[in-house]
Amino acid sequence: MDLRYTEEEQAFRAELRAWLVEAVPSLPAEPDPDDWDARRAYDTGWQRMLYDAGYAGINWPKEYGGRGATPTEHLIYIEESERARAPYIASNFVGQLHAGPTLIAEGSPEQKAEHLPAILRGDEIWCQGFSEPNAGSDLASLRTRAMRDGDEYVVSGQKIWTSYGHIADYCEMLVRTDFDVKKQAGITWLIVPMETPGIDTRPLRTMEGSTEFCEVFLDDVRIPVSNRVGEENDGWRVANVTLSFERGTAFVADVMETQELVRDLVDLARHVTSNGATKWDDAGVRRDLGRITAELDALWALTKRNISQAQRTGVVGVGGSVFKLAFTELRHRLGETAMLLLDRAGLSLDDFGNLPTGRHVQALYWALRMSIAAGTSQVQRNIVAERVLGLPRER
Amino acid sequence: MDFELTPDQASLQEAIRAFCDGRFLPDVVRAIEDAGGRLDRGRWRELGETGVFALRVPEDQGVGLGLGASEAVLVFEELGRALVPGPLVATELAARFAPAAVTGERIVGLVDAHDSLVVVEYPDDLDALLVIDGDAVRLVDAGALAGVDATRPLDALTPVRWVSDAPAGGETLGGPALAGDLRRTGRALTGALQLGIAARTVELANAYAKEREQFGRPIGSFQAVKHLIADMLVRSEVARAAVYAAACAIDGRSDDDPERAAAVAKVVAGEAALENSKACIQVHGGIGYTWELDVQRYWKRASVLDTHFGNRDECAQSIAVMVGTRG
Repeated sequence: MDLRYTEEEQAFRAELRAWLVEAVPSLPAEPDPDDWDARRAYDTGWQRMLYDAGYAGINWPKEYGGRGATPTEHLIYIEESERARAPYIASNFVGQLHAGPTLIAEGSPEQKAEHLPAILRGDEIWCQGFSEPNAGSDLASLRTRAMRDGDEYVVSGQKIWTSYGHIADYCEMLVRTDFDVKKQAGITWLIVPMETPGIDTRPLRTMEGSTEFCEVFLDDVRIPVSNRVGEENDGWRVANVTLSFERGTAFVADVMETQELVRDLVDLARHVTSNGATKWDDAGVRRDLGRITAELDALWALTKRNISQAQRTGVVGVGGSVFKLAFTELRHRLGETAMLLLDRAGLSLDDFGNLPTGRHVQALYWALRMSIAAGTSQVQRNIVAERVLGLPRER
Repeated sequence: MDFELTPDQASLQEAIRAFCDGRFLPDVVRAIEDAGGRLDRGRWRELGETGVFALRVPEDQGVGLGLGASEAVLVFEELGRALVPGPLVATELAARFAPAAVTGERIVGLVDAHDSLVVVEYPDDLDALLVIDGDAVRLVDAGALAGVDATRPLDALTPVRWVSDAPAGGETLGGPALAGDLRRTGRALTGALQLGIAARTVELANAYAKEREQFGRPIGSFQAVKHLIADMLVRSEVARAAVYAAACAIDGRSDDDPERAAAVAKVVAGEAALENSKACIQVHGGIGYTWELDVQRYWKRASVLDTHFGNRDECAQSIAVMVGTRG
């Protein structure tokens, strides 16, 4: 146990920090959140800068053009990017962290050559077509069907929660190619070009008013068989290979953002007054914020522990589920603490009273989203109970 | 950056687990209970011979092992798991000032004088008391501690006496810096005992949920039960990260502030020990409420340990002061 960084790790940090200091101020202004063409240009522009500087595909193997960074270097990369207020991975998310790694593990030489360099350069945006209206937590029950017709699959059905579907070039899509077998055994993984006729993408407005999610309707969409990744009906396994790419870094940026939220909330508490005293004068408020700080510090330690484990063994294992569960639940409590503290200033997503209040309301929305996205807290508890603790399944 | 145990650390932890497995079996613990919680001096000396109190004593003191808090928390986690009774943390903290404590010849208790109500644990077994107050740390001969004994202590393994005042006199060991150091290390080591409780109660609840059947199925197949146990594992894993991180900070093997890291460990591990031991009783149902089973002993010990070096609320308050006085 030694949590200090090695000389190599410190050198990596210094080099990256020096680059970020130059690169971030050279970016154009952030686009309007609903101007999707501008957002795509902004995200891919940043991706291209990363590529030119040698930081694209930070965790991808070198032979596929990535940086081949260790999990600890990946942690440092995200830490420094956050500190420098560099852009988020945003619409490059699926390509960089999901579809790309899947192609690296399972793609044909042609598929790798066509897509991997393009993803790294920021020339291709990918989206994910996994969830369906009736296949959420029970993803394997998906019913979007792909019928073989010569050298093509004819795909019909509906996908949902497809982030960035309206600006993506390609979709990593799970389709049903066999209805007569165990549900996991009849799924196939396809590369779907979003320009293909028969695809209708409609934005879905979230409760916070944002429009990054889409519904994707597919009506006799013809996809070449050569776009299949892995064997027919082997898509469930293919979709899960990215789990082996997980290195415990998934929430690093979010934890850092939460640390900032808590620091901000402490400052707010010292400025917001009620009946002539500041909120910070209230021992109950101090205790609540002290506890949240304690849990957040502990989760930062757990992040490092998961990353260390990944560095030693190559897998983070179930540490990921344990972490997500604890972290998203903590974010709920933080959001509630913030709302009590803000009181009527919390009725606006814009700042009120010349104080930075809006971000705390926004943060509560995030909490409501994240205890559902990528495996609800209830599904995570099942995973922890069944896969780690070996408890029997309910049915 | 490496959070994993070194081979030496892993074998140290295995060795102490094997030692406890043989010596603090549930029937032994119950025999101590039946004797009014009086400590068995033979077993205490065995703990001393194993090196439990010598871990952080410098090697040049002859009896010391010269290790750090990183090793000590691994050992104390095991002592917590095994429900080993006695003033373990106090004696460990006193060891570098009292060689006879290192070997287990002397049993040293602790009084934190900032409390208005002074409650001493194991009053009849103590040879000496470490008295910490804001200005000084003293080592006082325990002698006869006048006071009122609890006839029904919350934890039958932790006899307690209410004494009117902290004992005066004794040898002054240091000032505010030492007091701070002992509180900080005391929080981390107590956090390790609490971690042991949190981790052990997950195992007990998990095993019972697989074996106990109701409605024709193991109760662990019901989501209402399995989610309780999943949350227990989450708490113990988060606590483990916090306790180990605090030890690294104390040893100077991280960039974290040791003061804050130790308070964090005490809050998170204290909460994990209390919540997990409570949930463990719940999973066991009626049988968990009986004297026969150990699960209730874990909750009782967790309740005792939370009061050491500031309970989880007091530690949370001290963390708030640390973050609130910044800039």
